[in-house]
Amino acid sequence: MVMFTFRRFLQLIPVFFGATLLVYFLVFATPGDPIAALSGGKPMAPAVEAALRAQYNLDQPFWVQYGLYLKNLVTLNLGQTFSGQEVSAVIGRAYPVTARLAVMALAFEAIFGVFFGVIAGLRKGKLFDSTVLVASLVVIAVPTFVLGFVLQLVIGVQLGWAKPTVSGTAPWNQLILPALVLGLVSLAYVIRLTRASISENMNADYVRTATAKGLSRRRVVVVHILRNSLIPVVTFLGADLGGLMGGAIVTEGIFNVPGIGNLLYKAILNGETPTVVAVVGMLVIVFVLANLVVDLLYAWLDPRIRYV
Amino acid sequence: MSENLTPDKGTTEPVTPVTRQGKISSRTIEHFVAPLEETPLAAVDNVDETTVSLSLWADAWRNLRKQPLFIISALLILLVVVVAIVPGLFAHVDPTSCTLADSAEGPRSGHPLGFTLQGCDVYSRMIYGTRASLTVGIFTTLGVLIIGGIMGALAGYYGGWLDTILARLADIFFALPLILGAIIINQLPLFRDNKSVWTVVIALVAFGWPQIARITRGAVIENRNADFVMAAKALGLSPFRALMKHVVPNSLAPIIVVASISLGTFIVAEATLSFLGIGLPFSVISWGNDISAAQTQVRNNPSVLLWPAVALSITVLSFIMLGDALRDALDPKARKR
Repeated sequence: MVMFTFRRFLQLIPVFFGATLLVYFLVFATPGDPIAALSGGKPMAPAVEAALRAQYNLDQPFWVQYGLYLKNLVTLNLGQTFSGQEVSAVIGRAYPVTARLAVMALAFEAIFGVFFGVIAGLRKGKLFDSTVLVASLVVIAVPTFVLGFVLQLVIGVQLGWAKPTVSGTAPWNQLILPALVLGLVSLAYVIRLTRASISENMNADYVRTATAKGLSRRRVVVVHILRNSLIPVVTFLGADLGGLMGGAIVTEGIFNVPGIGNLLYKAILNGETPTVVAVVGMLVIVFVLANLVVDLLYAWLDPRIRYV
Repeated sequence: MSENLTPDKGTTEPVTPVTRQGKISSRTIEHFVAPLEETPLAAVDNVDETTVSLSLWADAWRNLRKQPLFIISALLILLVVVVAIVPGLFAHVDPTSCTLADSAEGPRSGHPLGFTLQGCDVYSRMIYGTRASLTVGIFTTLGVLIIGGIMGALAGYYGGWLDTILARLADIFFALPLILGAIIINQLPLFRDNKSVWTVVIALVAFGWPQIARITRGAVIENRNADFVMAAKALGLSPFRALMKHVVPNSLAPIIVVASISLGTFIVAEATLSFLGIGLPFSVISWGNDISAAQTQVRNNPSVLLWPAVALSITVLSFIMLGDALRDALDPKARKR
């Protein structure tokens, strides 16, 4: 198991370097000067420009720049925003909020998605199954930002069940509605994935064996069918953590959540390149780590994988 | 007999041994082999050997024609395409002629869905917005099919170091979510200053291809050692020709399914980018732009936001339903169950 973990960890290293290099390259090495953009396109005093170039290491060759960027990313020395705040401090304030939001959305997806998916899969073709399928299709088709506005309007404003926007400290209870919106599309995918996987495994030989040796229906479903059906679902949930962070841009914008998505979006609109590169670098780290966890969960769900 | 089985009585009355009458079947099993004179040899001879047996596609088409899901989605897509090509047939009001006097007015005759804050006709803008969304969806899907398809096919077919490199490359692009990647590309000065349908397409293709590449790679690997490929190679076809003539056509089914569903998600992605203000330029009439413009009024006048959203959702839904129907039709194994 240790070897397995280690090998998977090694495989993720090129992904991390590649993705950060890609972002860095896109932001700093494409036509259009980020330093010129800093001054809003107006001419800049040569001394100021040179100082800014030195500050962001843009006077160095590209590979040196990238190496320094990685070093700064790892040591959390991320530079300053335009308003003079440390980027690491701004991220440090925003990250826990988005982490709370994403964890809630992920839990919501995993619990309800697997629950409805199992029931629909076991009753394939029945009324409940068709209803869930149609509902999931509609949820997938309606864009997140429309769902967000509609739920904000109906639940937040008209019914008054939740606060329509989130306050600065972003406590758990205020994040329920945004988390719901954030997780809803993925919830639909989890339901469909679980349903397909369950109905595929339901007729497998080992399920017949388990039933034949007299196990209760509950045990057959939970221990035998579910565990074997969860692998594609776990993959999806792991990959989705990165998607949730990206999707948070829209959701956090609608509900005014002071998280990473909001920070990133404002940074992009203001052209705050150092913040953008730093935040995206952090997101890539999260994505890579989430994939590692997924790989480990694989091995736990299906011991055969460990020996491959 | 049945009351004896209840255990709480505790009686150990010996169960009368039931003589098991081994049921030896008295039936004579008939092996029906028709005698030669009754064998309809004429019928066998009459089978037309020249008719081609149904291919996967013909079989799928026969199955699809009977599926309500397919019929509904195909008709909807047809409608959307027609609206995109000739929007003038469906709306007679110019979507760009707006009078501020009508600002946020409700429906009236000739203007069934009311007016936006700028006094533009909501219905007309909804109709004219179709073209931008569909163009982005179709061209992004084409681009993704070309890049992802080539990458996936080469990686799956040749394997080895090429596969390793291409798979890692796909992983790298996969590590950035589609929307996030597209935002980063769109905010580059080069893209930000030349906003158009094509910048959005390029941004989405750049981060959308790994999915198709993975699907293609899997399908090609499944087929590359199939008997018919071996036979083609044994008959002297070069490996590359075998890939193009035999492996690729036989791997198309899952790719088409995923492409149809992704077309829907690309339309959503375009709308999301436009909604965030970094997608299509504001001069282009699009659902995403209209929803974005309507968001400030969502509490007073939600219908202005709702109508483009409904059009968007129905379009996306029809492409996803088409993909679902195709998946069922193109996978004969799943269909039999």
